Amino acid sequence: MSDTEVGIIDQIVTQEYKYGFTTNIEMETAPMGLSEDTVRFISAKKNEPEWMLAWRLKAYHHWLKMEEPNWQNFDYPKINYQDIIFYAAPKQKVQLDSLDQVDPELLKTFEKLGISLQEQKRLTGVAVDAVFDSVSIATTFKEQLKEKGVIFCSISEAMHEHPELVKKYIGSVVPQTDNYFAALNSAVFSDGSFVYIPKGVRCPMELSTYFRINAENTGQFERTLIIADDDSYVSYLEGCTAPMRDEHQLHAAVVELVAHENAEIKYSTVQNWYPGDKDGKGGIYNFVTKRGICEGNNAKISWTQVETGSAITWKYPSCILKGDNSTGEFFSVAVTNNAQIADTGTKMIHIGKNTKSRIVSKGISAGKSHNSYRGLVKINKKADGARNYTQCDSMLIGDKCGAHTFPYIEVNNNTATLEHEASTSKIGEDQIFYCAQRGIGLEEAISLIVNGFCKEVLNQLPMEFAVEAQKLLAVSLEGSVG
Amino acid sequence: MISITNLQASIEGKSILNGINLEIKPGEVHAIMGPNGAGKSTLSSVLAGRSDYDITGGNVTFLGKNLLELSPEDRAREGLFLAFQYPVEIPGVSSTNFLKTAINEKRKYHGLEPMEATDFLKFMRSKMEEMEMDKSLTSRSLNEGFSGGEKKRNEVFQMAMLEPKFCIMDETDSGLDIDALRLVSAGVNKLRNSERSFLVITHYQRLLDYIVPDFVHVLYKGRIVKSGDASLAKELEVKGYDWIKQEVEAAV
Repeated sequence: MSDTEVGIIDQIVTQEYKYGFTTNIEMETAPMGLSEDTVRFISAKKNEPEWMLAWRLKAYHHWLKMEEPNWQNFDYPKINYQDIIFYAAPKQKVQLDSLDQVDPELLKTFEKLGISLQEQKRLTGVAVDAVFDSVSIATTFKEQLKEKGVIFCSISEAMHEHPELVKKYIGSVVPQTDNYFAALNSAVFSDGSFVYIPKGVRCPMELSTYFRINAENTGQFERTLIIADDDSYVSYLEGCTAPMRDEHQLHAAVVELVAHENAEIKYSTVQNWYPGDKDGKGGIYNFVTKRGICEGNNAKISWTQVETGSAITWKYPSCILKGDNSTGEFFSVAVTNNAQIADTGTKMIHIGKNTKSRIVSKGISAGKSHNSYRGLVKINKKADGARNYTQCDSMLIGDKCGAHTFPYIEVNNNTATLEHEASTSKIGEDQIFYCAQRGIGLEEAISLIVNGFCKEVLNQLPMEFAVEAQKLLAVSLEGSVG
Repeated sequence: MISITNLQASIEGKSILNGINLEIKPGEVHAIMGPNGAGKSTLSSVLAGRSDYDITGGNVTFLGKNLLELSPEDRAREGLFLAFQYPVEIPGVSSTNFLKTAINEKRKYHGLEPMEATDFLKFMRSKMEEMEMDKSLTSRSLNEGFSGGEKKRNEVFQMAMLEPKFCIMDETDSGLDIDALRLVSAGVNKLRNSERSFLVITHYQRLLDYIVPDFVHVLYKGRIVKSGDASLAKELEVKGYDWIKQEVEAAV
């Protein structure tokens, strides 16, 4: 294991939520609440084409007829959608060409997050599309990407610059009517990232977006769309952090991935939204719809997620394996502590022949938290020779938390091969004592043990992001043992 | 090195150690032998600081410090090493990473900077050569899927890496075949020097054929009832423990 990996857990174990600060920047906000007018307001603010507004309104009217789902393994207080501000943007009068023109307050915020854009530019060779509340502020490395024909911009920009692509793909993987929160997102999404990798291009750098909820009572409704054309490759990382607040905030994002023939998309998430305090006061509701489709033959989509934050995490990054010989992967670490809840997993839908999927899920529960893995592996009739391997491991720290596993398997083709392995372990006093006898104190010991437990998944994170992602991974498991 | 005076300990109200007295000087190797249930493993656990036991009396001075007041990790950082009878598995954690963490925690305790990665690897490589360790062992997850012999050799390797002052070997021979026993003992003998002391706890004499002690003590009912040199171990091998039990019962 590398130094940085040890470093991560170090921080997990010892830190309080350290990203809890707010930035005083003048914000432009929509009136509170949700109505057709809100949708029109957002669309107008973003100067959207007519077809986009129509698309949003269709979603909104559908949403009105839907009911919030209630099949999940937890309860949460009813969300009052009239108490949410659906749009907030830092007030800015002119378009900016360089970072020098960006509000210094804002840059400071990024620095606190450890993602100084200058540094990013200078040291890492990473293009960052920083989404601050709802509007993309600065996009770096655009020029370099442009050379390769890679499009990496905010989705609102893409609507204007590449309307044919947005029109073709938006809602093609997660339709407006897909589910309650996806419909809500479709109606009111504020911004997000758009990526298009042309045929035969290997994206020369990792693409990264940092989402950050800032304004009070602002729901964050991001929408991300990534298209990898034939024979292309892209690796994308989102890191999420949010300030501390007493009330709950809703984050209902939608991510759509489309991989064409022989293309590969690697999507990594390090999610560290504010989890609420020890008693469950405040924190983010992270209700997200993420789905990718392997449209062409031999395509591959790989989801890696490290979920340590949020009061409630509720999401199932999924793969539709439509192309023959296509591959779907899901690697997940979900850490819950105190009163946190996670109900997460994946769906692998095998449609094409000889499609393969692999699921590795590591759940760590501490405090009085609950951590559920919920996954569906579905083999369609025509998916001859489909294969799935699922491994689900849970680790319990202390005796007041819970780990749950809900595997769903639907097989409609008898040539399929499915394997499922599951384990539950506890950080034992024997392990702690063994470490202590070698001079390793409690926190460091938990860090080692937890890190070892997650190694398989952490190894999937792009190296370039290791240090930074690991900083964001910090969640306090302190005091959860002994 | 270490001075144990009238040490008494119990678990769940049941008295296990009933007044242990033992003085170990630098460079000395002491063996503790005794029948099952005599308190041998309790003694090693209490010295290492396992919290399951209540200390009900006595003192232990280790290099001038009150050992019983130190946390288990501080005891280790001061130079006390316990080779476990049943080394614990830690999945996903390589020996390299584990040892690096351990060494740097110890250095931190002593006010030293952490070891540079390259220095550490160099150090580890030299120790591996010295201890004739297989290279694959260090990259494998700690003790996971190790055979009994590999686990014990790995304990001795950790000992070599951490360079402790006082080593307790808790029934290191249990579960080892004769070849493994030879290898493990050879490792320990390499680490013997005039500064480092050992407390070798064993049920059987055969380990002491390889790790020859300066002193042998017999533990029975939580007390050291007989002490002698290495020849005492041979005598026990021939006669068993019964004659000692009888001696003790007669004296009461």
